[in-house]
Amino acid sequence: MQKLLSRLLLLSMLTSLGGCASLGVKPWQRDLLAKKEMALDAEGVDLGLDDHIYFSKEATSGGRAFAGGGCGCN
Amino acid sequence: MQLSNKGSIASALATATCSLLASQSVAAETPSDPNPWQFDTALLYYGETDRVTAIEGVINASKDFGDEHIFNGKLVIDALTGASATGAVAQPYAQTFTRPSGQGQYTIGANEVPLDDTFHDTRLQVSGQWTQPISENYRVSGGLQMSNEYDYQSIVLNGSIARDFNQKNSTLSLGMSYAFDTIKPEGGLPVAFSSMAVYDDDEYESEDEYDDDYNATRNDDSDTKNTLDLMLGYTQVINRRTIMQFNYGISKVDGYTTDPFKVLSVVDSEGYTQANLYENRPDSRTKQSFFWQTKYAADVGVADISYRFSTDDWEIDSHTVDTRFRFYLSENSYLQPHFRYYRQSAADFYRPFLLQDQAIPEYASADYRLGEMTAYTIGLKYGMTLENGDELGFRLEYYQQDPKNAGFNAPGVLQQMDLYPSVKAIIAQVNYRF
Repeated sequence: MQKLLSRLLLLSMLTSLGGCASLGVKPWQRDLLAKKEMALDAEGVDLGLDDHIYFSKEATSGGRAFAGGGCGCN
Repeated sequence: MQLSNKGSIASALATATCSLLASQSVAAETPSDPNPWQFDTALLYYGETDRVTAIEGVINASKDFGDEHIFNGKLVIDALTGASATGAVAQPYAQTFTRPSGQGQYTIGANEVPLDDTFHDTRLQVSGQWTQPISENYRVSGGLQMSNEYDYQSIVLNGSIARDFNQKNSTLSLGMSYAFDTIKPEGGLPVAFSSMAVYDDDEYESEDEYDDDYNATRNDDSDTKNTLDLMLGYTQVINRRTIMQFNYGISKVDGYTTDPFKVLSVVDSEGYTQANLYENRPDSRTKQSFFWQTKYAADVGVADISYRFSTDDWEIDSHTVDTRFRFYLSENSYLQPHFRYYRQSAADFYRPFLLQDQAIPEYASADYRLGEMTAYTIGLKYGMTLENGDELGFRLEYYQQDPKNAGFNAPGVLQQMDLYPSVKAIIAQVNYRF
């Protein structure tokens, strides 16, 4: 069941990627995307601190960034 | 040029002098750096009720040396103190445990969850990352991170390559990271499933006799753990307001994954503890994660939603939903609520306790962090841009973990004990960016 779920998820991601070629904006339409708070890693310091907390308190790590190593807290 | 009169000469001289002075004054000004150093700093407090307290400071410095040749350096210092769950079960009477060093004991009251209050450490982490384009559409990045604790050292190397296409609306990236970790706990590494020796005047005739028993539970001084991470990423601009990211990551851990401070209680059919055994985990673990994130620029603010599914060969599956919404209060301030939900299933070798009449499994751990659990975080951040352009932010959050029974029947007195206590924590943080 879990394997099926993960495969379905991967399939849905790949399907959505297939439709991406027609997506996007022209360079002069990037006004909103260029805002600092629209960067995927905006608030990087907060995200790093959160990753450290959850790495040490939960069994899963990574996803947004690399998962492993660097701390004896887990 | 022929000068016609004195007035013209004076006027020409004045103009020349002014332009000379003007050019001197321009030359005297320091040319302003279009990309100065940018510092992001933060101080975080993390405090659990009756358990761990941590203070963590971060300084992150980055600079664009031109043409997107970017250096990023980071320094993190954290200090931990407090108590941590040992994995032993509560009992209807007081229990005495030996500290990991073998020196000293601590006693836990009747019906209380055993916590080891020896937990304290200071950690220093330094890292550097260099990113630059290598052609119009290709970008590479490489970095090194080192961290040092009293009983743990780590060196992590990483490298990645990214390619933009479709007018930079799409980016495909591939990254790799390799971590070399060394653990050297106080008192050495315990022998798997050896029974904790507890000094007792009635049981031991001399301290030497106890020392022999304690030393029999000790193995090597140190061990290592290596982690290889591979990550494939895809970022797509959807429209003028929306950007999306997908990551697939695989992480392979080899080496010592056991927690040397954790034990399992062996209980009889009435639920009474007969011994506490040091835990043992497999020496490898392979994790996979699927991560999706979307950011949407609304007129009133920015929405940030992400979902992660992770699965591994310890049979731990987890789901994480993380959402933030930044409401603009004015042109230079915002309020940002944060909500995170997390759920995990138990590792196949997780056991809240062991039964005396059953054989000891090959691997077992009573660490609640490997058990079934849900957790949520709810928080609020307020941020503002100061008159000089610096940014100041305050964040306050509440985090709660609710461990669950993954289908284990508690015998006898254990039915009256809280085997799956919740953990509650406050997170408070101040950010300053200049």
